[in-house]
Amino acid sequence: MSDALFYLFAFLTLVCGFLVIANPFSRNPVTSAMFLVLTIVWLAGLFVLLHAFFLAAVQVLVYAGAVMVLFLFVIMLLNLKEEERRRIKTFGLVTGLAAVGATTAIFIRALIQAHPGQSAAVPTVAGETQPLGKLLFTQYVLPFEIISLLLLVAMVGVILLSKKDLK
Amino acid sequence: MTVGLEHYLVVSALLFALGLLGVIVRRNLLVIYMSLELMLNAANLALVAFSRFNDQLNGQVLVFFIITVAAAEVSVGLALIVALYRKRQTTHVEDLTTMKL
Repeated sequence: MSDALFYLFAFLTLVCGFLVIANPFSRNPVTSAMFLVLTIVWLAGLFVLLHAFFLAAVQVLVYAGAVMVLFLFVIMLLNLKEEERRRIKTFGLVTGLAAVGATTAIFIRALIQAHPGQSAAVPTVAGETQPLGKLLFTQYVLPFEIISLLLLVAMVGVILLSKKDLK
Repeated sequence: MTVGLEHYLVVSALLFALGLLGVIVRRNLLVIYMSLELMLNAANLALVAFSRFNDQLNGQVLVFFIITVAAAEVSVGLALIVALYRKRQTTHVEDLTTMKL
């Protein structure tokens, strides 16, 4: 049951991820954004299969909720109508495919040579809220505080960048 | 054949490859940004899979931080794109060749 769900979610993730970058029916950025939302939701399903329940919830709330709303808001703001009829150059496509194919081949080859996941013991760790929060507020409390500072800096930077008269 | 760590890592590698392909091939800045998000998500999937099959939670905490940094990065990047659009009226990378020799 769990295995079948893994194959289903993995397939849907990859198909939706492909439709983000190359949709044969539409070159509109809004379509890409919608398929990115779907990809993120299926990834959250994979997280649930890996027993990372809290992260699955955060993934849907933060990524599919907040980040994608930001994306769609900017797309609507910019009104990108005339971008649709540009063509992709063949040279860029061929070199890009070659580079990505080589990178993927290196990944897969390293994976085959490493033989991971041979441990006999069934994993028992579960990413529920309580153990994750305990770890976050004891061992990782300094990075946690630094992250809050980073968010503040990002917020101030965005306000400065979107001012009308950028000096 | 039961699903193990390597299955998740293959999915992660393929998703990363899709994101990289999008960054290289597409010419719209917003779609390039979405492809970057795909690559970040592929890294997240690999980290969660490692965390699960090594029986410790550290990987999931790292994913938590990655999601936060990605949110900050998206907000700053989109603000930059809006500022750029205001100045140049385009988000197409082939129109932005000021630094080309």
